[in-house]
This record gives sequence, structure tokens and C-alpha cells, in this order.
Amino acid sequence: MSVPEDPVADRLPDSLAVYWESDVVKIGATLAAVYLLYVVAGFLLGYGLSGQLNSLRRLTFLIVLYSIGALVVNLHWGYSGLFNIGVVGFMAVGVYTTTILTRPVAGQTPTGTLPGLGLPLPIAIVGGVLAAALVGYVAALPSLRLRDDYFAIVTLAFAEIIRITAKASELQEFTVFGTTLGTGGGRGIRTFPNPVNQFFEGTGAPVVDAVSGTVDGSLVAGWAFVLVLTGVLVCVLWMIVRLAGSPFGRVLKGIRDDEEATTALAKDTNSFKIRAFIIGSGILGFLGIIWQGSQGYISPGLFVPQLTFFIWIAVIIGGAGSNTGSIIGSILFVGTIYLGPGYVRRLIEEFVSLSGRAATFPDALAALAGGDVSGILLYTLDQTSALRVVLTGVLLIWLLKRRPDGLFGNRREMASSIDVESRVRDRQSSDATTGGEE
Amino acid sequence: MSEPTSGQRPLLEVESLHKSFGGITALDGVTFEVKSGTLTGLIGPNGAGKSTTFNAIGGILQPDSGTIRFSGEEITGESPDRIAGKGLVRTFQISREFRNMTVIENMMIAPTNQRGESALQSVTPGLREDVSEQEERIFERAWEMLELFDIDHLALENAGALSGGQRKLLELARALMLDPELLLLDEPFAGVNPTLEKTLIDRVETLRDEGHTFLLVEHDMDMIMDHCERVIVMHQGDTLLTGTPEEVQSEERVVEAYLGGSGV
Repeated sequence: MSVPEDPVADRLPDSLAVYWESDVVKIGATLAAVYLLYVVAGFLLGYGLSGQLNSLRRLTFLIVLYSIGALVVNLHWGYSGLFNIGVVGFMAVGVYTTTILTRPVAGQTPTGTLPGLGLPLPIAIVGGVLAAALVGYVAALPSLRLRDDYFAIVTLAFAEIIRITAKASELQEFTVFGTTLGTGGGRGIRTFPNPVNQFFEGTGAPVVDAVSGTVDGSLVAGWAFVLVLTGVLVCVLWMIVRLAGSPFGRVLKGIRDDEEATTALAKDTNSFKIRAFIIGSGILGFLGIIWQGSQGYISPGLFVPQLTFFIWIAVIIGGAGSNTGSIIGSILFVGTIYLGPGYVRRLIEEFVSLSGRAATFPDALAALAGGDVSGILLYTLDQTSALRVVLTGVLLIWLLKRRPDGLFGNRREMASSIDVESRVRDRQSSDATTGGEE
Repeated sequence: MSEPTSGQRPLLEVESLHKSFGGITALDGVTFEVKSGTLTGLIGPNGAGKSTTFNAIGGILQPDSGTIRFSGEEITGESPDRIAGKGLVRTFQISREFRNMTVIENMMIAPTNQRGESALQSVTPGLREDVSEQEERIFERAWEMLELFDIDHLALENAGALSGGQRKLLELARALMLDPELLLLDEPFAGVNPTLEKTLIDRVETLRDEGHTFLLVEHDMDMIMDHCERVIVMHQGDTLLTGTPEEVQSEERVVEAYLGGSGV
């Protein structure tokens, strides 16, 4: 599918290439291209307006959430060289903490659901973020002596410990100091109501009524929530861009390039690494709350390492070290690898009449031996999640050969709170004109 | 030049440093002093323990025994960043530039006490203005230093793209951004062309006259003899002798050490 080739700017006429310089245009153009693809797919599938809007809503929802995760991975890996492959663990800590904090206290819950601490959602969200940051601190402490790959293994193990802890039947429901709470164990736990949905069920109901003549009323709350999430993404991006473009970010880059040389410049590198890790963990905790938490129900099965690796793929596509790249990588990852296979399958089913079923691979092979291609096609298309992994592999090999730094990995994003580049250029050009040394 | 016995305390005092790696004794009683405001040379054949001594002083390596005092304060076993923070800065034999950062960023990372090293100050509106104000000053200093070392035209290049000699310059310039009291230079002129080497030496001498102190590992004997007030000779993990260049030059043992004729 449409992955922008090499520097897109080279292929654009000069008049357009100027605009491509702007990050907003890059992100907007990529997003528009992916949207167009999905609108065409929706059109071919015969979606109505509601169907189209819902398909784009789901696409945007995932892009925004993946982008937030990718920005954190970029902060950790791209800027600081911290190989965090425990992303999903911090998300789990955030959403589980918030959920347990918000569940009504024992006695006020509908039968069969778990009690909690009955705190209001805003406080519980702060609690979830702080818990994730704290776990980040605990994970970072013993790991500081470890380098890249060893650190990675620790984070992965940490995330698995968190998932398995959440799954433990001992913690399913327990009572401490007279308060009953629990993680729900393997059965999972019902989360908190989504405030955006609540708004459109109550005060905002007239808006829903107004549009329900033309489109499905539930789209209003859905899109409103996506807009809220986009606001969160903008805030996270703003924060990380400022962090990266500062003396703090400069030291992180130094640590990534050569930690020993950074300590020789009187920088307490451990402190910088811990702070960067905690900030990222806190954001990941928040990501868990707004992602899985907003779905009404969580269980340990949602927090498997695969999600971590998907977020990593988005960063690798975009190129480590570039925030713009991380967002574009997320757009392309969700648009092609993540949601693509499902749409391709529906499109094929729409236009090629496939009859029968091929439940297992031998079935498919048997059909193929009998000269029937549809069997293997059916089987392949049924394996949506396996197809994602296959596509990921293909893409990684392509990137490795063609763009080992990712699409935007070799970009210069100067780490300073002032515009150093233009200052340097000014001086260099004035040197040249006054005949200064060159 | 006779040994001045009175006067202020030496800036750096290294006393009977020992360090062994398994069965190999790398440092075997290294003892020397560096006086404030001098340019001191540290020489010795390959494997004499010069870089190991630097690593021990800089805090990268823990000595098995012995003490290191800087400005009268014991710094043995302190972490490298604390030692550098006290004004004892070192460069590396193989230059350690930040390859994926621009030359100007390499320079601007160095100064201590940068307000923007606080994540909160860097992000929060209102506080960030202070950071930027300081950044302007850091940039000015970095730029002056780059001009001084004649690498200002490379300011926007990635440091990894520089030639070996240019990297040496960058590393020295970067270390000077810390305004160190004592600078340990591990073969700073290796790969630098003679004209530039001359400029650098002049620069180092000016800085010394302004009160900075230098301890220099160098293989170029002419350079050591022409510019250093004092020379420390190391051999097989120990200090062989300390003296003025003339004294060292006339010493049989030094010649022997360099020719590998020591009777062990």
C-alpha cells in the first residue's frame, strides 16, 4: 500500500516541495492519503455515510493512540537510548489502578461486579498516571547498570510480571484494612464509564437527536471522544517536543550517543535516564487509561507484548529520533498493517465469490490440490492477526534494505530551546561576506 | 628549575595508586603531583599505564588502593560526573564525540548548571524563557570557542562526519566549555596537522597563563620538551621520575624505559 517512497520532496515540483518542509503538512498529507484509501475502500464495500464515518472513526482512534505510544517510545529509545519493550506493562498499571480506584465501594456495586475505592474519575486518573510513573521508577532503578539489550529484557519481564500479577486468582478479589477490591484476575474487570459518552447521554443528548436523522447517533460521542484523544495527542506532542528541544533533551541525546562521555561532562546520567523513563511511563499509564480504559472492560489478555511491538513498529517505520516520524509511522502502521488486512479481506469477499470454508491449513491445502484456489485464499484471509505479523516482517525487511533509519530517521531535530540552526547560518553567512575565515 | 617546596598545595595529588586486572598489574604505585597553573606532561612507553591513570583520576576506574586529591579534597572513587563537576575534566584518547549530534550541540551540552536540564523548567511556559535566555549565552560561548578552534564552519555538521583531527579539536573545545580548573588531555594532538597543533598549543599556553592547569599525555617528545614545565615519566605502572624537561631528558632510566631495556 501507499508508503511514501524516499524523500517525498524529491518527487514533488519545487512549488509543492516548499510546503512539504512543514511537519504539519507532512502529517496532514499522509493522513489524507490514508483517509482517501479508506473512503475508497468504504465506497467499494458499499458503506453509507454512517458506515464511512465509523470506519474513519476507528482508523483515527487507533492512529491517535498509537501515535501517543510511539512518541513515548521515541522519547525513550530515539532520544535517550532506553530500550523499553515493556510499554504495555505501564499502560496496564495505569488503567488497572484507575479502574480499581473508581470502582464503587463494596455494597454499592451491582451484584457480580467487583468493588473498589469509589474515588471520582479525575482523581483516579491522576492516581493511575502516578502509579505508572512509580512503577517506571522501580523498573528503571535496578536496570541502570544494564545496557541496551539487557535493559530491554528487564522491561519486557517487568511488563509480563504486571500482566501475570493482574491475572493471578489470588488478587481477583481481596480485602485489606476492611476494604474489598481486586483486579478481577483472568476474568477481567469492568472499567469506569466514559465521560464523553455520559455527556452525550445527558446534557449533549439534543446534539445526538439532531444528527440522528442523517447518521447513526452513536457516532457523535464516538467522534467527540476521538477529538478529545487528538487533544491529548497534541498535548503529549507539545510536551515531548519541548523536552527534546531543551538542554534536558540534549543530555538525553548525549547519553544515547555515548554515556561515558556524557558523565565526563559532569552530567549525572542516571538521573537523566530515570527522569526520562518516569515521564514516559506516566504518559503510558495515561495512554492505558484512555485506550483500554475507554472500552468498558479490561482483562490481562489485552496487555500482551504484541501491543508493545506494534507500537515499536510504528516508531521504526517513522524513524527513531523524530517526533514527526513517530506520528507518520503510526498513521502508516495503523492504516496498512493493522487495519489493512481486514479491509482487504472484506474487499476480496465482496468482489470474489468465495464459497465454503477452510478451517485448517490442511483443509486449504486439500482444496488447492483439488485445483480450488479459494480454499487457500479463504484460509489466509481468515488469519487477520497472522497476516499483520507477516506484513510486519515484509515491511521490516524492506525498511532494512531501503531505509535503515526509517522514513525520517536521519532528520535533524536540534536540541535547544532557541533556534540554533538559523543563528549559526546567520553567522556563517556574515563570515563569508566579510571575508572571515572559512 | 628547582622544586618549589613552599607555596600553595598542589592542585592534584596522586598517591601510590594500585590497580590490577586479574593477573595483570596495570598501576603499581603511581605517585605524582600537578601544581596549579602548570602544563605538565605525562610520558611513558605504550602500556606504561598512562590512560589507566587517567581513568582512575577521572573516576571511570576504581583503583584498588591509593588516594587521589583534587584541590586538597579526596576524590578517590567518586563518580565521573561529580569529579568533572568539581572542575577536573578529561578528554579521551580516542575522541568520544556525540556522533549523531551536530557540532554546535556537542558544544552546548557541556556547560554545567544549565537550567534547562530540569525537565519541568524546559516544558513549563514562563519558566522556559529563563532557559532560553541562558541558552543564548551558552550559544555565544560555544560559537566563540568554535571560532577559536577554527571549526565554526562545521557547526551544523553531525560530529560523526568530522575527520579524526577535527574530532580531537571538537573534544578539546567541548571540554573547555566546562571551564575546567584542571584538564586531563589524553593525546590531544594525535592526527592534528602541525599548523593547527601549533595554534592549539598556543591556545593551551594562553589558558595556562590565565590560571588553568593541564596534564597532558603525549608521545611527541619535542612538544613535551618545548612546552611543559614539568614532566612525569611512567613505566610499567609506576612513576619513574618527575622533573623538568631538561632533567628528564638527561636521565638514563628514561631512555632505557623507552628503548625497552629495563632490567625486570
